[in-house]
Amino acid sequence: MALLIKGGRLICPKNKIDGIFDILIEKQKIISIQKEIKTEGVRSIDARGKIVSPGLVDIHTHLRIPGREDEETLYTGSLAAGKGGFTTVLCMPNTSPPIDNRMTVSGILDEARKIDLVNILVCGTITKRREGKEISDFGELKEAGCVAVSDDGEPVKDSSVMRRAIEYAKMPSLLVISHCEDKDLSSYGCIHEDKISTILGLRPIPEIAETIFVAREIELSRYLNSHIHLSHISLARSIELIRRAKEEKISISCDTCPHYFTLTNESTKTYDTNTKVNPPLRTEKDKEAIKRALKEGIIDCISTDHAPHTQAEKELEFEKAPFGVIGLETALSLGITELVEKGILGLSQLIEKMSLNPARLLGLKNKGSLSEGSDADIVIFDPNKEWIVKKEEILSKSKNSPFIGWKLRGVVEHTICRGKIVYKG
Amino acid sequence: MAVWRRKHLLGLEDLTKEEIELILNTAESFKEISVREVKKVPTLRGKTVVLLFFESSTRTRTSFELAAKRLSADTVSLSSTTSSVTKGESLLDTAKNIEAMNIDFIVIRHQASGAAYLLSKIVSPSVINAGDGFHEHPTQALLDLFTIREKKKKIEGLNVSIIGDISHSRVARSNIYGLKKLGANVCVCGPPTLIPKDIEKLGVKITYDIREAIIEADVLNVLRLQLERQKENLFSSLKEYIRLFGIDKEKLKEVKKEVLIMHPGPVNRGIELSTDVADGQYSVILDQVTNGIAVRMGILYLLSGVKEEI
Repeated sequence: MALLIKGGRLICPKNKIDGIFDILIEKQKIISIQKEIKTEGVRSIDARGKIVSPGLVDIHTHLRIPGREDEETLYTGSLAAGKGGFTTVLCMPNTSPPIDNRMTVSGILDEARKIDLVNILVCGTITKRREGKEISDFGELKEAGCVAVSDDGEPVKDSSVMRRAIEYAKMPSLLVISHCEDKDLSSYGCIHEDKISTILGLRPIPEIAETIFVAREIELSRYLNSHIHLSHISLARSIELIRRAKEEKISISCDTCPHYFTLTNESTKTYDTNTKVNPPLRTEKDKEAIKRALKEGIIDCISTDHAPHTQAEKELEFEKAPFGVIGLETALSLGITELVEKGILGLSQLIEKMSLNPARLLGLKNKGSLSEGSDADIVIFDPNKEWIVKKEEILSKSKNSPFIGWKLRGVVEHTICRGKIVYKG
Repeated sequence: MAVWRRKHLLGLEDLTKEEIELILNTAESFKEISVREVKKVPTLRGKTVVLLFFESSTRTRTSFELAAKRLSADTVSLSSTTSSVTKGESLLDTAKNIEAMNIDFIVIRHQASGAAYLLSKIVSPSVINAGDGFHEHPTQALLDLFTIREKKKKIEGLNVSIIGDISHSRVARSNIYGLKKLGANVCVCGPPTLIPKDIEKLGVKITYDIREAIIEADVLNVLRLQLERQKENLFSSLKEYIRLFGIDKEKLKEVKKEVLIMHPGPVNRGIELSTDVADGQYSVILDQVTNGIAVRMGILYLLSGVKEEI
C-alpha cells in the first residue's frame, strides 16, 4: 500500500536537501520525492511544520538477546527504537551466550523478522566466546547476516589477536568496532578518576584506561591500513588522538553517546546508579571537547549504547550495580536539546551523525538518506515540541534512564520502517 | 549557637563549621555521664536504635551501642554474617524490613561507598553513617576532633598530618573535611600509590617524606595499613613500608612540639606504629575510644530532635 508524506521539511544530508517536499512510498521504497505530489486515494501523513528525515541508525545497541530477556527483548527494544526515531539498530554481541556463531545470528534475525518492526542488525564477536583469544569465524558470521564485529564490553586485550582480527575482517568486509578500555587500569573502578572519585571514595577509572587503547587502535589501523571504529568515545584526550589520526589520513571513525555530551561526573555525586556507565561520565572539559568534536566532524556518529538493566539490578550499592543506561528513546531529543538548540550542530548535521554516517560505516547503501529508490526508513519529528521524560511512558523493558524528569525538546511523531508505520506519537 | 536541623549524619563533607562545633559542644556535655556511678540518662527512652553492621567492627559498634544505652534507647544489633544478607537479601530489602519494625535510628557500617546515602533515600528513620567503603566515617572524625580539641584546647591553626593509606581511608576523608572546616592545616603523607588523585583540591598538602609530615606537626593521625594492598602493588613490601612510614621512637626524634599520636584502630603493632609509640607518652589512642561514646551520644541526641535539657 502506498503512503504519501505531505508538506514536511525534508532534510537529507547525503543529497544536501533541506526544503519542503512530498515523499511517496510504495513497496517498502521511496518512489518519488517532489515539491508536490498529487495522487488520489493514497493514505497520507500531514507533515507540515515537521522534519522528515532518514530513519535513525544506532551503531551501538544492547537488546540483550539471547540470555537477558528480563532486561530487554527484541520486541520491547524495537518499540523503544521506534519511539526514538530509530529504524535500524545494531545489536552488540555481549550476550549470553555471546553472538559468535551462525545459529545465534540466525536465531536473532529470524525472531526480528517475525516481530517485523525496525531493522535489527547483528554485530558478531571478534573472538570466540568473547575471550580475546581466538578470532571468530568471520566468514560464517557475515554469511549469517552480521555487518560488524566487536567484543564490546571487553577490549581485545592481546594486540596480536587484535591485529589478526583486523586483517582477517578485511576478507568478508566487516566493520571492526573497538571497545577502548585497558581493563587492568580500570580494574574494579566505577567512576572517572579525579576529585569526585576521591570525595566519593569509589574505585576510580583513570582516563588512560580509554586513551591507551584509542592510541593502540590508531596505530593498528595505520600499520595495517585498515579501518577501525571506536565506540563510545568520552574523553577530550581521546578526541585529540583521533583528530591527529584523521589529519594523518588514518582510517579511524568513532561515535559518542548522548550522556557524554549531556552529563558529567558531577551527577554521580548522589551515588545515583543511573549515572553509572562505562566509560564513566567525565568532566565538564571532556563534555565540551565532545561537543566541539561533533561540530568539527572529528566524531562521526552519535550512538545510544542503549544498555537496559532491571530495577533490582540498579537498586544496589553503586559499586555493585551494573554499568549502563537506556538511550533509544531520548537520543534524538537530547541531540536537539543539547546540540541543535545550543547552536553546536544544525539539524542536518545531527541527522548526518545519527543516520547517514552510521549507515555508511555499516555499509547500508539504501539507508541513511532519502532518495528515490532507497529504503522507506523515515522519521517525522517535531523539533520544537517539548516533552517530559516519564518513567511510566518508557517503552523499553528497563527504565534505567538518568533523564527521567528532564524536559527535552523534539518529539517523534511517526517512525516508518520499510514503508510501514512502526511508531505513531 | 547553631541549630540542628539534619535528620541524618552521612558525612562531614556537607556539614558547616557551626554544625561540627555544635556536635562537639553537645558531646562535651555528655562526657561526664560515662563516669557517673549510674551511667544512664532517660533522654532517648522509648527510641530504638538498630546497628546494621556489614563489616566487622569492635570499637565503633560497641561505642554506638553503649552511647545509645546510656541515653536509655533500646538497641538491636545485626551483622551481615548472622542476618539474611548471607541468604542474598539486598541492602534495600534489609533496610525496608528493619524500617517496617518502627525504629528510630539506623547506624550502618558497610563496605560500599555511598551505602549510608542510599539508605537515607529509601527509609524513614535517621541514618547514621558508621563508615561506608572509602567514603566517610564521620563519627570517627568527630571523636578525633573532640580529642584534639580536648588535649590542645583548640583546632584552628594546628598542623595535623594524616599518615598512611589515604586512598582507601574513609577516616582520612572525614578528618580532612572536619579539620579544614575548623581551620587546621592538614597534610597527608604516604606512598604516592596510596594518595588518591586530586586530593590537594580538598585543600591539603601532600608529602611523601615522613620527616616533613612530622617535623612541625601538632597531631599525627596514623592510619591502619591493610596488608593485602601489597598484592595490588600499592607498596613494595611491608619491610619498606615500615622503614619509610612506620612511626617509631627514632622518627619521633624529629618532632618539635608536644605531638598527639592518634590511630582509629585496630592498630597493626610494629607496622604503622611501633609498640612503644602506640603505648607511649604522646599516644591518645585510648582517649579517642573513651571520647567516642560521648560524641555518639551527642549525635544521637541531636538527630533525635529531643529538646529537653541534658
